[in-house]
Amino acid sequence: MQDSVLSVRNLSTSFLVDGEWKQVVRDVTFDVGPGETVAIVGESGSGKSVTSLSVMRLLNPDASRIEGEVLLDGRDLLSLTEREMRGVRGNQVSMIFQEPMTSLNPIFTIGRQISEVLTRHQGMSKREAREETLRLLEKVRIPNGRSRLDDYPHQFSGGMRQRVMIAMALASRPRLLIADEPTTALDVTIQGQILDLIKTLQEEEGMSVLFITHDMGVVAEIADRTIVMLRGEQVEAGPTEDIFLRGRHPYTRALLSAVPKLGAMAERCWPTRFPVVDVSTGETAEPDEVAGTVVRGKTPILEVKNLVTRFPVRSGLFGRQSGSVHAVEDLSFELFQGETLSLVGESGCGKSTTGRSIMRLVEPTAGEIHLDGYNVLQLDQIGLRNLRKSVQMVFQDPFSSLNPRMTVGASIVEPFVKHRLGTASQAREKAADLLERVGLSASMMNRYPHEFSGGQRQRIAIARALSLDPKVIVADESVSALDVSVKAQVCNLLLDLQQSMKLAFLFISHDMAVVERMSHRVAVMYLGEIVEIGPRAAIFENPQHDYTKKLIAAVPVPDPARRGVRRGLSGEELKSPVRSLNYRAPSRTYREVSPGHLVQEGGDRGALLAASPSTLLRTQSRWTTLRGEGGLL
Amino acid sequence: MTVIETAPPVASQRSSRAWRKLRANRGALVGLCIILFFGILALAAPVLPVPDPAATDWSAIRKAPSAAHWLGTDDLGRDILSRMIWGAQASLMAGVFSVAIAVVIGVPFGLVAGYFGGWVDQVVSRVTEALLAMPFLITAIALAAFLGPSLTNAMVAIGLSAMPIFVRLTRGQVLAVKTEDYVEGARSIGLGHVDIMVRYILPNAFAPIIVQATLTTATAIIAEASLSFLGLGQQPPAPSWGSMLNIAKNFLSQAPWMATWPGIAIFLVVIGFNLLGDGLRDALDPREA
Repeated sequence: MQDSVLSVRNLSTSFLVDGEWKQVVRDVTFDVGPGETVAIVGESGSGKSVTSLSVMRLLNPDASRIEGEVLLDGRDLLSLTEREMRGVRGNQVSMIFQEPMTSLNPIFTIGRQISEVLTRHQGMSKREAREETLRLLEKVRIPNGRSRLDDYPHQFSGGMRQRVMIAMALASRPRLLIADEPTTALDVTIQGQILDLIKTLQEEEGMSVLFITHDMGVVAEIADRTIVMLRGEQVEAGPTEDIFLRGRHPYTRALLSAVPKLGAMAERCWPTRFPVVDVSTGETAEPDEVAGTVVRGKTPILEVKNLVTRFPVRSGLFGRQSGSVHAVEDLSFELFQGETLSLVGESGCGKSTTGRSIMRLVEPTAGEIHLDGYNVLQLDQIGLRNLRKSVQMVFQDPFSSLNPRMTVGASIVEPFVKHRLGTASQAREKAADLLERVGLSASMMNRYPHEFSGGQRQRIAIARALSLDPKVIVADESVSALDVSVKAQVCNLLLDLQQSMKLAFLFISHDMAVVERMSHRVAVMYLGEIVEIGPRAAIFENPQHDYTKKLIAAVPVPDPARRGVRRGLSGEELKSPVRSLNYRAPSRTYREVSPGHLVQEGGDRGALLAASPSTLLRTQSRWTTLRGEGGLL
Repeated sequence: MTVIETAPPVASQRSSRAWRKLRANRGALVGLCIILFFGILALAAPVLPVPDPAATDWSAIRKAPSAAHWLGTDDLGRDILSRMIWGAQASLMAGVFSVAIAVVIGVPFGLVAGYFGGWVDQVVSRVTEALLAMPFLITAIALAAFLGPSLTNAMVAIGLSAMPIFVRLTRGQVLAVKTEDYVEGARSIGLGHVDIMVRYILPNAFAPIIVQATLTTATAIIAEASLSFLGLGQQPPAPSWGSMLNIAKNFLSQAPWMATWPGIAIFLVVIGFNLLGDGLRDALDPREA
């Protein structure tokens, strides 16, 4: 192709590791035509980001070596001097990154940051630049652009910041936009907005996009052509539709079958394992359902009644309380033995706080929690310690949930030893048994966490949670940080354990597709309240509340045939749960749609979503910092 | 299983990796060698064939370096080489013990303040800030004068003056480590505060403390020299580099070697600890590949 914007030929990149050259990208060849979107998809370590950084020559030249050819409009980027290259970056090629929270300079207004690009690269005067900046803000659909020009990055939410980043990237009217996981850090509804925005802008500006992602759903929505990468190699490339429908390489097929698909469960009544694909042959084994685990006895194993958890917001010189974060507001639900109840919602909706309140890791403000016979909120220190035998937690980030200074075996049996459930040799046996139960080998006991991959670490964290033989597991985003194929494996593991141990899961997640596969029942949370709760099929096939519908609609569908479906470019944001001290929570009533399917009254009238963003956003960022300081005691 | 998980790329242990990185750092190695050299000299002082450091010789007063006295003699005819070697004991001990005092007191305070927060933190932090407001050496001199002149008291004084740095540093580290999931995980399995602090937080907060300790050792050696120079440290006739300098200042023009050798030794040891500290900082930092 002579007229392609970017043409990469036999690109290989090596890093200098401990004095040796290690090749991390091998022989990658692709083209990006004018106005075309090409996605590079792969799991962590596949070399997809390194490929894009190599194209931009953003790797440290002393510790990396790039071979091959990178032609931008026929000009070989690899032969340019560093000085010439700087003229290319942010001018002919722009980049947006994953982390919108850190990629803007916090001490300058966004107007200044965008117009700087214009004055520097386009040689505009300050006045022209300001006008152009305003035009760009409108282009990326930031509401009230003129009044927000002089706001600082912290006054914007994550989604809005990503819009600012895109505006900045567009400022130089680039031929090519490289987007490196631009939506990964965002909530699903915001992700939908940003994807739509990129698509629209691409049409308006006629630029080409190189889109790097791990999410097959996003690929299906946005890409004309797709490149699948595995361990530094390009295993398959072609039109997106071909890849999805007629993927040849076993890895592509494995990757696709591991992608949770919303709606894949329409015909099934029980949680279902992910299909198993043999990576070498590409053969798929049919997934099996996990039926009949739920014990609908007289009493639920976990019963939460009118739970309220608030955090004080302090301000001023003497730290007087000026308001409260209503993280959890009047929450009630039940969980039976062997059942999975999923709490879904977007960041800040209080789903994690609910899990931590049940564990008494934070102190709830009011309400009642009954768990396996314990009245959780009345327990003293000793009672609380005993409670831990009944309920355990698995955290999100497998890289920070294990003590790096303890061997895996010691970590796993620590609860067992602390609760004096047996002798040292029994503890060793227990550790060996648990490791095998979660699919690892007992011989790994003496290794340290950093020797394991993310998925393996999450298995270890699960083994540790199981060492007290709990009845309830609170899984707080436990599979969210994992690569798709690993995510599928860990989900299957959880289902196996549920079947063999009759575990009850409180499955906290923002990933609707995973939730659909894993749960018996689903509760949708919004601003600390449950807006809809019911059997999985009822929630997914007959959602009643506006927010539930919006959430389901926002999930990217890994089906290229549905490309082009737009959700609208509205700039809606989540409301803030920060309230003044004299705020009284309204009393809510629920309407029963079908047996067990409850919907909050009033939520189907659109009242909820009429948020005016500008006032709410300011409190939003405060709320984020506040959660960060959640405090230990 | 859908796809076989790829094996993790790294398999070596953290400590050996830190050691490898340290070995690759030439500066740190030089520092380590200097410290080892003086350390061995100090330890071996009783068995080395050198004269008694306190033995005076009226026939050899203020002699320049010669075959009989390699580094010369001082104003009382004492052999400077011997005094240097024995003096190394005082200087290194002062460095190591005063830092040990600072760490043993400072780290627990910082740990408790950072972990519990609230009024405990308020009290500890305000006191620490008050102590930090006074210059290190002035505090040490005041404390040493108050406790009375002796090497032990000098070490205590230096240790107490250096303590606030460790409170501060530990508290900051604890605040960072406290937010890790594994700390919450430890609470969720029912561990008590002491267990969490000792087994979860401290080991993960310790790397910068080690580095700070190494660097502070250098400062403490200078402080001991200063205190001895002022007569508040090692008491005569026992030698220390600082007290040797103190005497030497009276004879700078007649016998410059009396000041040169202890000066060089202090300089070398301080450089050694600084180089090692820098190397440790890089080696223990997991963010640096």
